[in-house]
Amino acid sequence: MAYSEKVMEHYTNPRNVGTLDKNSKSVGTGLVGAPECGDVMRLQIEVDENNVITDAKFKTFGCGSAIASSSLATEWLKGKTVDEAMTIDNMDIVEELALPPVKIHCSVLAEDAIKSAINDYRVKNGMEPIALPKSHH
Amino acid sequence: MELPIYLDNNATTPLDPRVLEAMLPYFTTKFGNAASRNHAFGWVAEEGVDYAREQAAKLIGCTEKEIIFTSGATEADNLGIKGVFEMYQDKGNHIITATTEHKAVLDTCKHLEKLGAKVTYLSVKEDGLIDLAELEAAMTEQTILVTIMYGNNEIGVVQPIKEISAIAHKFGALFMTDATQAVGKIPVDVNADGIDLLAFSAHKMYGPKGVGVLYVRRKNPRVKVTAQMDGGGHERGMRSGTLNVPGIVGLGKACELCRLEMESEAARLSALRDKLESALTVMEESYVNGNTQHRLPHVANISFKYVEGEGLMMAMKDLAVSSGSACTSASLEPSYVLKSLGLSDDLAHSSIRFGLGRFTTEEEIDYAIENTKKAVNHLRDLSPLWEMFKEGIDLSKIEWAEH
Repeated sequence: MAYSEKVMEHYTNPRNVGTLDKNSKSVGTGLVGAPECGDVMRLQIEVDENNVITDAKFKTFGCGSAIASSSLATEWLKGKTVDEAMTIDNMDIVEELALPPVKIHCSVLAEDAIKSAINDYRVKNGMEPIALPKSHH
Repeated sequence: MELPIYLDNNATTPLDPRVLEAMLPYFTTKFGNAASRNHAFGWVAEEGVDYAREQAAKLIGCTEKEIIFTSGATEADNLGIKGVFEMYQDKGNHIITATTEHKAVLDTCKHLEKLGAKVTYLSVKEDGLIDLAELEAAMTEQTILVTIMYGNNEIGVVQPIKEISAIAHKFGALFMTDATQAVGKIPVDVNADGIDLLAFSAHKMYGPKGVGVLYVRRKNPRVKVTAQMDGGGHERGMRSGTLNVPGIVGLGKACELCRLEMESEAARLSALRDKLESALTVMEESYVNGNTQHRLPHVANISFKYVEGEGLMMAMKDLAVSSGSACTSASLEPSYVLKSLGLSDDLAHSSIRFGLGRFTTEEEIDYAIENTKKAVNHLRDLSPLWEMFKEGIDLSKIEWAEH
């Protein structure tokens, strides 16, 4: 199976690789997946007082599509408000990266990572976590 | 040096140009049916087949009459196992094999279970070898066949074939081996090794695809298998179907070349393999999978902890290798062979198999070393697990969200 050009591009030049201070109150961290399943994503967001995501970083253990999905997610997150970020759907990632059906789970994981980072930020700042639908894979 | 570099010789090998040369006339002027007994076209084709039979027999130390040509090792495994089960069902219904066998053996055994066979799947030790005491304990009066592979396709470990066949014979069972990865690479002698049936394929030894051999012993004891395909009664009635003459001629030539060049080639390849392995395992958290004493000369299976195999292969884009990790929704399961060794799933997901071959050069290995190191470092920079490991976090203590 050949990878799409966009997957290759994100894989070769991943955006926003790195680590934010997970103990900071303005940082939300999402760690999803499991090593034994072959993919783990860590996605972090930094949110300012206007509820705008000013920075996003990721690190991913996984296949090329998983790395590209998380790289793309960080790119999309920057500049969005937290509420806007909640609306990112995994199918948007599938479309943008032209992921084949066998790689859709990579986009699902990226969506899970975004929501889990947002919830971490919310809980840290005294808000209720948003109820998430059970992971669909 | 041309890119990409082919290092997947356990999947298949390129055809040796000398093999191709031997085959070519059998596509054109010598096109006859080897079973045509009444004209020169048939005789010429038959001569080609007979010569190939001699070449194949010489490589594994048997007689020509014991060579049954098939479409490949999968068919040979099927014919050997199903054929013995059917032929010897009056004697018993028990078959012993191992969990690290090729699917051609495992799935054949599973099929026979539905037909009343009792199958024991021996587990292997951490190094990939079976436990002889466990084999002996599994033997019963009902055991008709022990089938254990010679060399493993994923990790290259070579089983103690002589000892295994001796145990099988002690209990009156036949011994079969899938020797697809071993024949032509290391000395295999059906008499010295006590082998009753043996399967191999031409395309793993620089011959063409679509042709293989089932060796069936004719003396001490005389082994019979029930044909699995009905038709013209070719191959002493054991495998009907017009012979693939060009393929068989190619298989014969491939056997001859392997026999003549094996010793020097095995020494050359194991030196290159060792160079590759030692250069890659100096990296932190890199491990060779499988026994490193008893193994084929041309395979290295290495786990690079905290990076995922498929992602890693993408970064090694000028290297054609394979991984024990399959990241698709159809199969999230990593290699069952590596899991049989007791490797945790995450280490199995982190494995790469390098398969060297006749056309692998030292320059290519040097390139592969640099390319792989760079890729592993790149992926580790991206890996949250590597970062956690570096921070001293015990990953086994984390509650992962299983998905």
